[in-house]
Amino acid sequence: MRVGPHGFHCIKKTVRVGVTCGQARASYCRGFMLIKKTKEIPYSEITPKSAYLNRRTFMTGAAALGVAGLLQPRPSLADAAKLPTVKSPLSTSGLTPTSYKDITSYNNFYEFGVEKDNPAKNAGKMKTRPWKVTVDGLVKQKKTVSIEELLSFKPIEERVYRHRCVEAWSMVIPWAGYSLSELINWAEPLPKAKYVQFLTLEDASVMPGLREINLNWPYSEGLRMDEAMHPLTLLTFGLYGEVLPNQDGAPVRVVIPWKYGFKSAKSIVKIHFTADQPSTAWNDMAPREYGFYSNVNPNVDHPRWSQKSERRIGAPIFSQRQPTLMFNGYGDQVASLYNGMDLKKYF
Amino acid sequence: MNKRSIVALKVVVWLVCFTPLALLVYRGFSNDLGPDPTATVTHATGFTTLRLLVISLAITPLRRLSPRLAWLVRFRRLLGLFAFFYGCLHLLTWLWLYSGFSVAAMADDIGKRRYVMAGMAAWLLLVPLAATSTNWSIRKLGGKRWQALHRLAYVSAICGVIHYWWIVKSGVRTPITITLVLAVLLLARIVWSVRQKVSRQAGVVTAS
Repeated sequence: MRVGPHGFHCIKKTVRVGVTCGQARASYCRGFMLIKKTKEIPYSEITPKSAYLNRRTFMTGAAALGVAGLLQPRPSLADAAKLPTVKSPLSTSGLTPTSYKDITSYNNFYEFGVEKDNPAKNAGKMKTRPWKVTVDGLVKQKKTVSIEELLSFKPIEERVYRHRCVEAWSMVIPWAGYSLSELINWAEPLPKAKYVQFLTLEDASVMPGLREINLNWPYSEGLRMDEAMHPLTLLTFGLYGEVLPNQDGAPVRVVIPWKYGFKSAKSIVKIHFTADQPSTAWNDMAPREYGFYSNVNPNVDHPRWSQKSERRIGAPIFSQRQPTLMFNGYGDQVASLYNGMDLKKYF
Repeated sequence: MNKRSIVALKVVVWLVCFTPLALLVYRGFSNDLGPDPTATVTHATGFTTLRLLVISLAITPLRRLSPRLAWLVRFRRLLGLFAFFYGCLHLLTWLWLYSGFSVAAMADDIGKRRYVMAGMAAWLLLVPLAATSTNWSIRKLGGKRWQALHRLAYVSAICGVIHYWWIVKSGVRTPITITLVLAVLLLARIVWSVRQKVSRQAGVVTAS
């Protein structure tokens, strides 16, 4: 699969060349037709290649424009693979991203242990190539797609999102991916499919947490179809313009920025369409504490702690605390999904 | 153990007990409290409180293993007071970093959250113990009553462990180690007191 040196203006070709498996081919072409109709990225909108190759210069420019804090040392820059991105109007502006170091060393990924630094230490053994994602359940036809196909399916956009953990800490993360709706359209779910379930890899040989932690493995998460189709819901392959480090859910995860972080399943191997609300790991474990919806909501406390405010990761100790925003600040885009719903009941 | 060794050992215990605080202060000044400094300070002070409390509670059962370990009791008050000291620091993180000294926020937290209640109970139970930790208090209260009062240390530690279980996510089992250690110590106490009772009764029978 070739992602040309000229970026994504040659995306059409890349997609067609990239499809190898016969069954996927037809669907891909169908999917592709649909994409072609909906949007084509004009070359002018593509972020210049120099921005990726010389990010530091780019960021100096950004800092000069008042985006302070972007200019932070990123030690693993050298060993992570680049993932060129295009700009997106769905990216949240005016935020200072959390440092690459904090985003990649402070993780909740219980398959690799409960402590925040466990995933960065233990996730390296997980093999992310080859990687396949199965799409099944209430779909026209069960399909399996490789990570290479997914990566070249649509232009990868940079989406800066707020990230709010249910544990009352938060980050700002420049994710890289495209809207999950693109993949769902390609998957052709049947009309009776009302929910999507995501399943994470379950491999005890590389995941010590599977034995240590009492959750229903494999980790599962789910969304209502309209939530999954919302353009903000991101099928994510990278962060900071590089492929995801394993501890952040490599090689592919979802990101739902208006929900608590645990809703955003990592290292996905299966996407399953269902008619009924699917079982989800934390909701199974403690339904009173972790609702199926789990929208960020400062007015609905976790039974054991307040959700009114949050601690910004990487901030100095006495300025960490800040108020939590309804729907994590994405209310304008997503509040209508929940019209008429009692958010205290459907927390 | 001679007096000199006791003094030397006390110096060591003081240094060891101050180490967690010294580390936090050092890391604070070198801007190295990790991605979530509030959590780092909260967890460090909480862990230290619970560990010191459990260590102080281990002294009596250990001492009973052999008469040669009798000197251990001379460290119990020191460890207990250090546990209280770290408990105060832990409480301060909640008052300051979580509640911003807002009485309303604190009242809300205490009323709604059982882990806060358990933690608060654990700290409150230590207050009378710290207040009556002097030799003068022991004399004033009388040995028996003082001893009975200071058994509250066990109740405090139990509250502390419950506090720990209630704050971790369901399914997380990190508090298991400290829980088991405390359980063993409690069990040792129970076994000891049952054996005492039996031997006392046996003594009565033989005498009559």
